[in-house]
Amino acid sequence: MRGRTRLRRVGLPYLLLLPALLLELLVHLVPMVIGIVMSFKELTQLQIAHWGAAPWKALGNYRVTVDFDAPAGATLLHSFAVTCAFSVLTVGLCWVLGTAAAIFLQENFRGRGLLRALFLTPYALPVYAAVITWAFLFQRDNGLVNHVLHDQLGLTGDRPFWLLGDNSFVALLVVSVWKTWPFAFLVVMAALQSIPKDLYEAAALDGAGIVRQIRRITLPSLRPINQVLLLVLFLWSFNDFNTPYVLFGKAAPEAADLLSIHIYQSSFVTWNFGTGSAMSVLLLLFLLVVTAGYLLATSRGRKSADV
Amino acid sequence: MRILRAATVTATVTALAAVAAGCGGGSGFGGGGSDDSPTSLTYWASNQGPNVEADKKILGPELKKFEQRTGIKVELEVIPWPELLNRILAATTSGQGPDVLNIGNTWSASLQATGALLSWDRKNFAAIGGRDRFLAPALEATGAAGKDPAAVPLYSLAYALYYNKRMFQEAGISKPPATWDELVADGKRISRDGKWGLGAEGGQLTNNIHQAFALGKQHGADFFDSAGRPTFTSDGAVAAVKQYIDFMAKDKIIAPGNAEYGQNQSLRDFATGRTAMVLWQAAATTFSADGMQPGDWGVAPVPVPSGTPGTGRQINSMLAGINIAVFKNTRNLRGAQKFVRFMTSDTEQRLLNKAYGSIPPVKAAQRDPAFSRKDTKVLRETLTRSAAPLPQIAGESQFETSVGTAIKDLFADAAAGHPVTTASVKARLAKAQQQMAQ
Repeated sequence: MRGRTRLRRVGLPYLLLLPALLLELLVHLVPMVIGIVMSFKELTQLQIAHWGAAPWKALGNYRVTVDFDAPAGATLLHSFAVTCAFSVLTVGLCWVLGTAAAIFLQENFRGRGLLRALFLTPYALPVYAAVITWAFLFQRDNGLVNHVLHDQLGLTGDRPFWLLGDNSFVALLVVSVWKTWPFAFLVVMAALQSIPKDLYEAAALDGAGIVRQIRRITLPSLRPINQVLLLVLFLWSFNDFNTPYVLFGKAAPEAADLLSIHIYQSSFVTWNFGTGSAMSVLLLLFLLVVTAGYLLATSRGRKSADV
Repeated sequence: MRILRAATVTATVTALAAVAAGCGGGSGFGGGGSDDSPTSLTYWASNQGPNVEADKKILGPELKKFEQRTGIKVELEVIPWPELLNRILAATTSGQGPDVLNIGNTWSASLQATGALLSWDRKNFAAIGGRDRFLAPALEATGAAGKDPAAVPLYSLAYALYYNKRMFQEAGISKPPATWDELVADGKRISRDGKWGLGAEGGQLTNNIHQAFALGKQHGADFFDSAGRPTFTSDGAVAAVKQYIDFMAKDKIIAPGNAEYGQNQSLRDFATGRTAMVLWQAAATTFSADGMQPGDWGVAPVPVPSGTPGTGRQINSMLAGINIAVFKNTRNLRGAQKFVRFMTSDTEQRLLNKAYGSIPPVKAAQRDPAFSRKDTKVLRETLTRSAAPLPQIAGESQFETSVGTAIKDLFADAAAGHPVTTASVKARLAKAQQQMAQ
């Protein structure tokens, strides 16, 4: 009797986890394994109908992918560099904006609710509709951006292109930050609610100003949340597909050629599913290493801080 | 807590990677189709009208008619262009496709290579009234040369030169240009005070390909050799692409802003009197929708180097259009054949092509007066006399992307004022050719 109760107590959580585990397996692991298998095969539209029987290419797809002297590898390397720069800038800007706005809205003032709602709008809009609107704003001849910058403020000598050439990186960054920062704002705002008010009151009594309060109380208290927030933001922006695709279509300008678009092009536009899969697997490995390194570093940092 | 967080993150990463790495699975086809479910059919129609709803409205009554005649119910799905190719590919992979579907005629050889489509041999053609009913050039865009077609022509289209009559009059030009020199000269007379001679869609890869291909033919270049290997850097191909870019870079008859156009903005510029000419396939309905009266614009054949359009070096359009195909593993082969026969019947061809502003590839249906209006007549004559299909090769999709992107980049160079030279054109095309070889 006792043994059965114990079994039930030990077994029940696993039983409850089982459906989720099975679904996880089905939805994520199976396609991932298939993707990895595909990366070792010669797979174009010619074999796709019978892809299981497609010829093995061993490491051939990977060799093409990382041969940085050949066009495929060279463009992938370039795309990787662009994606890294894009992700770091997006995460940094989103975090700064989100934190600043969240701290600003901690104070109780008239219109706070309205501002909160306003800040969250980009987060609530359908991505496609929002980004296509940005694409119109960035048009050279009829777009609002040039109308303001050139016609009204006279900041630019000539009407610049935003969706072509080097400026496309700036356009992509602006849209991405605009779309993502409300999430940082939301998370930080929620975290701020959990900091006890009396900490601030005590600090104020001791004569600490607002800047000192932020540095000594707010930021350290936000640390655990920030660790997760930054990682999630990084993974999102590193894998962002919707923004560049809606903004530039199938072929992004070189300056804004993110990895997601690059892999999509290889797989679904030029139909090199094998090389596309190989690129995806490399991307997965990279993200796993970065994530593991990040988690290790932050947890070690916290441990030493705890001591 | 930490473990939980690590688990969450790992799950997130896995999910993201799965999205990036995953492709659907499937085991392929059994073979040549059967007649297991003779009373129903699924049909994937491409989006031909202004929107999906309009297509449903046009096709709905016809499908009802078919059901009344044959007792076969047709489930219709209208699929927007940007999704169609991937949907077909997914269906090919899983073997779970529609019974009958529309394909872009430039994809015929690519999709034929997947082995998913029913071959139209003599017997299958006989079931829909025979091969001879169709226009010969339209049949050239139904699959690789020397093989039985993988599809049947449904709606045909070609490029024409649309010009704004009032803007021509104001510039003192009495007739539309027949040669490229005339087009450039006319364009220069018009291009001033915020008005421009010619419109382009620099960011639209397929349109770039269509223009470059027709010009390439005029320069004696095919972009591929007889073995199907890319020859993008041949003198003719380079000259053709450079000629097209030079309309903006050297002749300055295309507005620099057109370099970023990709959503048919050039048609709007035309309709609002900012651009005097566009090279387009069947644009009449769009112009009307943008508020132009049918008398406001004229239609002429796309210019040629000299003389009049014809075969060989006088080709002035790619052969555009939609084909109808049958999925090889259909469970209603006879029904599918009946449906293709219905859609390509003289009556339906007249009706549907009229509704969509295209030209029937069925010879008998072309006799309808609707296809002898000024604009449709130009398209019809171009189709029969001076249009050529894009290379019918398995790598056609790659060709569109790689060379289309090269042209897009060159337009960006021209718009930014960077010099566009034979060498720079050749360099971009060489890169495109390397991408084909991946």
